[in-house]
Amino acid sequence: MKTLSKSSLVLAAVLTAGASFAGSITVKGSDTLVILAQKWAETYMGKNSSVKIQVSGGGSGIGFAALQNQATDLCDASRKIKASEIEACIKAFNKRPTEYKVAVDGLSVYVSADNPIKEITVDQLAQIFTGKIKNWKEVGGNDAPITVYSRENSSGTYEFFKEHVLKGRDFTASAQTMPGTAAVLQAVAKDKSGIGYGGAAYGAGAKHVAVKRDDASPAIDPTEENVLAQKYPIWRYLYVYVNPALDKGEVAAYLNWIRSDEGQKIVKDVGYFPLPAQLREK
Amino acid sequence: MSGRRAASTRPDLRFYMTRGQHHGKRSHGWMGIHRGHRARPLEWCAEKFIFLVSLSAILMVFLIFIFVAREAMPIFLGQMNSALVLPMIAPGDIDKLKPAELRAYLNLSEKQFAAMDKETLQSLLEVKAEAQNEIPEEFRNDPDAKLNTTEWRYMIQPRQWNGYDKPEYIWQPVGQIKKYNLVPLIVGSLKSTLIGLLFAVPLAVGAAIYVSQLARPRVREVVKPVIEMLSGIPSVVVGFFALLVMATVLQSLFGYQTRLNAFVAGIALSFAVIPLVFSIAEDALTSVPRSYTQAALALGASRWQTAWQIVLPAALPGVFAAVVLGFGRAIGETMIVLMVCSASVMSWSIFDSARSITTTIAAEMAEAVNGGPHYRILFMLGAVLFAVTFVANMIGDLVMHRLKQKLEGKR
Repeated sequence: MKTLSKSSLVLAAVLTAGASFAGSITVKGSDTLVILAQKWAETYMGKNSSVKIQVSGGGSGIGFAALQNQATDLCDASRKIKASEIEACIKAFNKRPTEYKVAVDGLSVYVSADNPIKEITVDQLAQIFTGKIKNWKEVGGNDAPITVYSRENSSGTYEFFKEHVLKGRDFTASAQTMPGTAAVLQAVAKDKSGIGYGGAAYGAGAKHVAVKRDDASPAIDPTEENVLAQKYPIWRYLYVYVNPALDKGEVAAYLNWIRSDEGQKIVKDVGYFPLPAQLREK
Repeated sequence: MSGRRAASTRPDLRFYMTRGQHHGKRSHGWMGIHRGHRARPLEWCAEKFIFLVSLSAILMVFLIFIFVAREAMPIFLGQMNSALVLPMIAPGDIDKLKPAELRAYLNLSEKQFAAMDKETLQSLLEVKAEAQNEIPEEFRNDPDAKLNTTEWRYMIQPRQWNGYDKPEYIWQPVGQIKKYNLVPLIVGSLKSTLIGLLFAVPLAVGAAIYVSQLARPRVREVVKPVIEMLSGIPSVVVGFFALLVMATVLQSLFGYQTRLNAFVAGIALSFAVIPLVFSIAEDALTSVPRSYTQAALALGASRWQTAWQIVLPAALPGVFAAVVLGFGRAIGETMIVLMVCSASVMSWSIFDSARSITTTIAAEMAEAVNGGPHYRILFMLGAVLFAVTFVANMIGDLVMHRLKQKLEGKR
């Protein structure tokens, strides 16, 4: 029995190694990252015609599951890996997956273009999204009830917002959960009393509110300089995870390229923010 | 004319309408083959193939159910633990533990445990400890942090969670303290489904009566295909239309506060339900024997009276089947409800938002940790949905059978 499982392990290792030597990389995971990952893959394949890269989405959770089952080489994630997922990886291949930060994403707060609100503090945001503040006049707007638009709880954006803005408290039950950032924008653009959040790269149709870290600090717009200088308070990293045993040859070269100046230029084209210089690969 | 032809080719309806009539009159040979003449080899093969396909359909239903039930079983058996703060063993204490204790703590199978070296076990312990150490201080001391929220009482009954003013039904499956109350989802599903049916059934059955009994042939030739064409619209398109256009129009008509709510979802759902109910009800009405209508008209009844008092009652089992299938379609519809409303608020008001079971499964499955409590609960919701539609279809079938017997004067 033992020899059998050992030999099958060896076989699996040979097969996966064979796959990566043949110059084929599979990438799976977060839907937030899927467009960026495709752009990376296209450009990289254009330069190195010997490499084939297959990109698919599905969600960070799906990506981590595939990483555990060794059904994918790279796993895109819009959130950090969870302890239970690390555990599953260790059980599957005896090692922690290696984490690479690959891009920066700033989160904007949107309101309708008709809303007179211009700036808001992080604390007020938390109170609005947990349902403590229910009327715009409490934050200096019109006398109108607030409609809260949120994302599906499967989204990395949702989790990030919950942990970092709401400090782990629950979203109000009446928060409308929308299937994507574009849908949040669409809804907020049509709803005068609406408020929503999403990637800073999106934005047509609604107004981005400047955010203050607290009452005393200045209001900051979610522009690239402000996000990269870490002045703007709501931002996150996007990640790629890899099984350390596979992090060599083509896969390692690809990962390095993603985090080089050239790869990071594409990040900007897709609408996220490139990594700060000290995190890049030379 | 075309309607009548459609009726005879629609297998499910024929099953409902004629079941029981042929029993005993025709003998079935092996695998359903019994003919006066010998079947040609090709026909024989085709028949066998079709039989196998239908067998595989039954097998598929069975396999899907087994799969869903298997994934959901740990929840039913109460084997999951979703508590935030768990008893922790320091990674340095690895040598003090007995192997059996270590194996139980790490939740490993014998085989997995045997295959692991000490280093791997050590890193597993470290991961567990890290996860516990990462919990923010305020949550570590939260009175709810030690609760296993996958217990039935937390999934069914309201609870006053820390930070809430009163006991509430909360579905917040992602976060520090995970709240898995199913009641808002069940209510949400029922709310949008019932609104959809209330709206769709009178319209669809009315249209079916009109088209099959009252309309002139030329009108019928236009109206029937047009209504049936509705079912060809992908539900994601209906959802998008509802999200962008209907929500705005309905809000300006009724003036309610929440723009996207169960009412809009219900109306949008009825777009999906109307063609289905219409088509089956129309077939049922058309297949009422001509002689009924002719007899009623000959006795001096008007066409309306004939339609309402003779044809509709005679076709009632078929119309009822249409409604039951419409219910199944509405409660199982995902995309429309997902796009239009999805806040898991616990409220019976139709002008509040709602989150249906299907929406929840579709939206959350992708990110749920494989094999974790959230993942299992989503599968359990799937099983619940399966059971609900199954029971609804069973009851529908029973009622239909009774109605039929009553109509035929057998009881």
